[in-house]
Amino acid sequence: MIEVRGLTKRYGDKVAVNDLSFSVEPGKVTGFLGPNGAGKTTTMRLILGLDYPTAGSVTVHGKQYRELAYPMREVGALLDAKAVHGGRTAYNHLLSLAQTNNIPKRRVDEVLGLVGLTDVAKKRSKGFSLGMSQRLGIAGTLLGDPSVLMFDEPVNGLDPEGIRWIRNLMKALAAEGRTVFVSSHLMSEMENTADDIIVIGRGKLIANTTIEKFIAENSTETVRVRTPQIDALAKAVAAAGGTATANGDGSLLVQGLPTERVGDVAFEAGVRLHELSQTRASLEQAFMELTADSVEYHAGSDGTGSPSPAGPGGEADKAAPAAVGQPAGMATEQARAGRTS
Amino acid sequence: MAVTTEATRLSALPPASGRAGLTGTLRSEWTKIRSVRSTYWTILALLVISIGLGAAITGGIAAHWSQTSPSDRATFDATATSLAGLYFLGELVIVVLGAIVITSEYSTGAIRTSLTAMPRRGVIYLAKAAVMAAVMLVMALVAAFASFWLGQALLASTHDNATLSQSNVLRAVVGAALFVTLCGLLAYSIGSMIRHTAGAITIMVAVLFVIPILVNLLPDTWHADVVRWLPSSAGDAITSTVAGAHPHMFSPWGEFAVLGAYTAAALIAGFILFRKRDA
Ligand SMILES: Nc1ncnc2c1ncn2[C@@H]1O[C@H](COP(=O)(O)OP(=O)(O)OP(=O)(O)O)[C@@H](O)[C@H]1O
Ligand SMILES: [Mg+2]
Repeated sequence: MIEVRGLTKRYGDKVAVNDLSFSVEPGKVTGFLGPNGAGKTTTMRLILGLDYPTAGSVTVHGKQYRELAYPMREVGALLDAKAVHGGRTAYNHLLSLAQTNNIPKRRVDEVLGLVGLTDVAKKRSKGFSLGMSQRLGIAGTLLGDPSVLMFDEPVNGLDPEGIRWIRNLMKALAAEGRTVFVSSHLMSEMENTADDIIVIGRGKLIANTTIEKFIAENSTETVRVRTPQIDALAKAVAAAGGTATANGDGSLLVQGLPTERVGDVAFEAGVRLHELSQTRASLEQAFMELTADSVEYHAGSDGTGSPSPAGPGGEADKAAPAAVGQPAGMATEQARAGRTS
Repeated sequence: MAVTTEATRLSALPPASGRAGLTGTLRSEWTKIRSVRSTYWTILALLVISIGLGAAITGGIAAHWSQTSPSDRATFDATATSLAGLYFLGELVIVVLGAIVITSEYSTGAIRTSLTAMPRRGVIYLAKAAVMAAVMLVMALVAAFASFWLGQALLASTHDNATLSQSNVLRAVVGAALFVTLCGLLAYSIGSMIRHTAGAITIMVAVLFVIPILVNLLPDTWHADVVRWLPSSAGDAITSTVAGAHPHMFSPWGEFAVLGAYTAAALIAGFILFRKRDA
């Protein structure tokens, strides 16, 4: 259980984290999403007490991180897999970590086995590939059998096999009742892994919701149709209660009608079809629009008008309706309108 | 890979009482210092430089003893000469080690991992300093005694060689080791303040080598007033066994207290910054 309350971090003039509040629950994988520079790493550094907040507070199990009796037995955190002394062997690196928290030596061998690094335990980590470094970092997080795990972009630069391994590990850890907090800047990475998601942009909370809700709210079905008789089909679709928008490539995008119905409508109207296909709006796009809005909002020089995307209580899950499959500008407008109302 | 399901199969940890503290962190820092090659290179460099240079100087003096004037013979300090390799140049090796112990954690980013494992920063700062100082002191004592014995053996032909039982000689040999250890701690403090290896070493070279040279260029009366306040004077005073060799300095342990005070102040300043700043 991680609780973040009104957390703010300024580096000089730069506000990296801006009045952020959320909590991360046990037994779930919570995805922490935001574009580059959104403040994900900074938030994690603040959780660990590596950086001191300008305002606000963050607790793990109700305590500040540095007050935890045995930090590694409560929290396993991996922010940067390359942040190790490369001249030290994997074994000695883990041993030096274990010793600080009075964790027995045998545990080092066990976690090395768990991540599949037993064979290179006596090799200096300088020569490790990124994937091996990630595994070493993850081995370190598991040393203390902690109930809270935190990973900063753990799959960055990994091959598909490594990505799958980490995903499964995170799910398994959550299934054991642990709190798993993992950052990413790709929605698609989280789609199959996270139970909850917290989205930030420019240091501010944009959304704090479950992945199901996010998918339901953000993935409207769209039917893509190609026809030589665009106008006729658009009229027929409108008459049947759908909306048709011309796509740049000469096709029509139909919303509000299932695929079969679009086919039937075309048949009844005597419109010849060259293509009829269903496209699911990608979550990635929804995510980009969500955060693009926040970027735009914060980059804007007026700084007035638009309401804060999320209240301090973190009840942003109602914010930002879909608006997928439309030009980006419109989506932005609609997202704003949705928030203002 | 089917390892994920084994997350549950790690053996249970023994229950822990109390809280993570200095004992475990001292063990950890010991593991760290003994598990990187740079430590061994540093030890080797210290021994080779200190003993080798000491031998070269004493050997050279012995070879030219017949041409040495009576006045030079009268002020000749066999002990200090045999230790010169350690406290002039071995000192530099110790300074590099002292700085690197802390700055390498910043250059590799490992400081974040260290502080995540042990977030109570005072514990890390103290454990690092203690383990490093212990290693340095042992290395420096070995270098000091080896330099002394080898140097005296080479000086035997002059019949002006020293033995440990003579007055001030043991103090000088042990004092040389203590002196370079304090220099190492000073470098550690500077390293934790500026978090940069080359920068910390540059500052230490300025303090220990450049400033004494500049002070020597001052007019005599000024020099007499200033020299006793230099951190590097402790090395000259403590290794000297000839009475009145450094007329403008405090007593050997007095000079040592001056260096000790600088080191303590730097350690405290380094600690305050280490604790207060973002990692
Ligand atoms: N030590 C620092 N000094 C100054 N600015 C900083 C510092 N650390 C972070 N920032 C700034 O704070 C903002 C947030 O950075 P942060 O690294 O937390 O973002 P992120 O969400 O982790 O991004 P990414 O996806 O690229 O890792 C960025 O604009 C960054 O430039
Ligand atoms: Mg980051």
